[in-house]
Amino acid sequence: MRRLGFALVIALVAGFSLAPFLWFLLTSWKSPTEISAIPPVLWPSFHWGHYGAAIVKHGLLGYMANSALVAGATTLVTIAIGALAAYALARFHIRWAGYYLILLLALSMFPQIAIAGPVWRLLSALGWLNTYYGIVAAYISMSLPFAIWVLTTFFRELPVDVEEAALIDGCTRGQALRRIVLPLAAPGLFTAAILVFIHAWNEFFFALIILTSPGVQTLPVGIALFPGEYTMPWGEIAAASTIATLPLIALTLIFQRRIVQGLSAGAVKG
Amino acid sequence: MSHARDPVWRFLLPSCVFVILFSLYPIAESFRLSFYRLILTLPWLGQRFVGWENYQDLGSDPVALSSLVTSLLFVAVTTPAEVLLGLAMALVLDRSFRGRGWLRAIVLVPWAIPTVVASQMWRFIFNDRYGLFNFLLFGDATEQYWAPLAEPGLALLSIMTADVWKTSSFAALIILAGLQTIPGELYEAANIDGATAWQKFRHITLPLIKPALLLALLFRTIDALKVFDLVFVMTQGGPADSTNVLQFYGYKKIFAEGMIGYGSTIAMVVFLLSVGLSLLYIRLLGARLLTQEARS
Repeated sequence: MRRLGFALVIALVAGFSLAPFLWFLLTSWKSPTEISAIPPVLWPSFHWGHYGAAIVKHGLLGYMANSALVAGATTLVTIAIGALAAYALARFHIRWAGYYLILLLALSMFPQIAIAGPVWRLLSALGWLNTYYGIVAAYISMSLPFAIWVLTTFFRELPVDVEEAALIDGCTRGQALRRIVLPLAAPGLFTAAILVFIHAWNEFFFALIILTSPGVQTLPVGIALFPGEYTMPWGEIAAASTIATLPLIALTLIFQRRIVQGLSAGAVKG
Repeated sequence: MSHARDPVWRFLLPSCVFVILFSLYPIAESFRLSFYRLILTLPWLGQRFVGWENYQDLGSDPVALSSLVTSLLFVAVTTPAEVLLGLAMALVLDRSFRGRGWLRAIVLVPWAIPTVVASQMWRFIFNDRYGLFNFLLFGDATEQYWAPLAEPGLALLSIMTADVWKTSSFAALIILAGLQTIPGELYEAANIDGATAWQKFRHITLPLIKPALLLALLFRTIDALKVFDLVFVMTQGGPADSTNVLQFYGYKKIFAEGMIGYGSTIAMVVFLLSVGLSLLYIRLLGARLLTQEARS
């Protein structure tokens, strides 16, 4: 009886988390008449037309390529810059390291609107609106605080002996970081990278204000501004949403352990 | 180690450049602009210093005041709901059972879904003609169907529902991390003493995860104050400004109407609100952590 009750609770938690998205997924496979049917059709006829329309008519693959490029570039640069800073904060005995970390934490809490206007004007002055540079630069600065926090935590947990031996043998700090610390910290770097990538892939606010021409827009902008004049093309929106979400769900299912570890390193230890 | 060969600044400079250019300078600039009249659609006005005028205008702008109330209401409803649901899910995930890894991955799904996608998804569920919400409520009686996103009170509630669904799992993860630091011996000792499940929860679990709960509350509060994507996609702030939260109002003023000065004033209000709330939590959290260290 108690085991049955617990199984029910588990089913409830899983249903709460999955059901709304599964409903949207099923919608993407329904024909237009099935979508507007009352009572709703539970099982779709696996109509692939909406996927075709999303890809051909709405150029979804272009948005996807933009998202991949923007999120990929953001991740690489953020992790590189973040690792440099985190290494210095973890290993050099800097008196104000604590203040810098707290400043970063405070920055990561800023509401986007508080910086949006000046960021837009700055990028406009640089001629970087509607460019990958512009959005990637904004994303790097948004992800850096988190990346530096998580990486500092990881670096502090690494043993110092090998590194010190290398320094005594005449390695510079930079060489020690490249040859010894980074390989040892690879799992931590990877964890931070997944989280930065997911954030950049999902970000909407800055993408909306910086990327106004369709050729450079990322998936969230494409999906939010999905064209529909009189009736919403729900099947196509559901198909586009599914395509935009599947890479993330795959990442989450494969790397859930790392994601949980990274989020709690960023949150609890920080 | 030889700092002359590896000056610290070479490691920190790249991150500082980004932080200064894209965070510190913009916040200072927003603050400055909040004292100016600058309207992009009226460029001949130029940039004129007006002192506190924008702030005074804000005080007599009914839309701004209702945005403030909407934002605070949104925070006040969603964050406790998310932390409570997160706590419930964390308590389930903390038990050991077959398939726990799977359940943990499943719980992460709402967190991983882009907010824009979640917004479209919930907008479809709350659709007035063939949304699942209406069917579950009224079945085939289509003449009774509601249009939740077109009715002031319901629209806000719909957005809150979507937010709770999307972000409770984040709260669950933070609380789960707190639960996992509780040593098992405490529960064993309580079992020997014949404590009930409720007593164990009330006297062992709850006090020990208080920091994690506060942390989850802090993160969710700050985030709920920034709610934008859901509003943009589901209601565009409507109907009748009933879901027009501060961040959305500021966006509309700056980017749709080009009112840089006034928009910056709204931005500063959001900023100060989030700073104030963070300080409050950090105080609570700091005190908690200190008393806990003193006890151990």
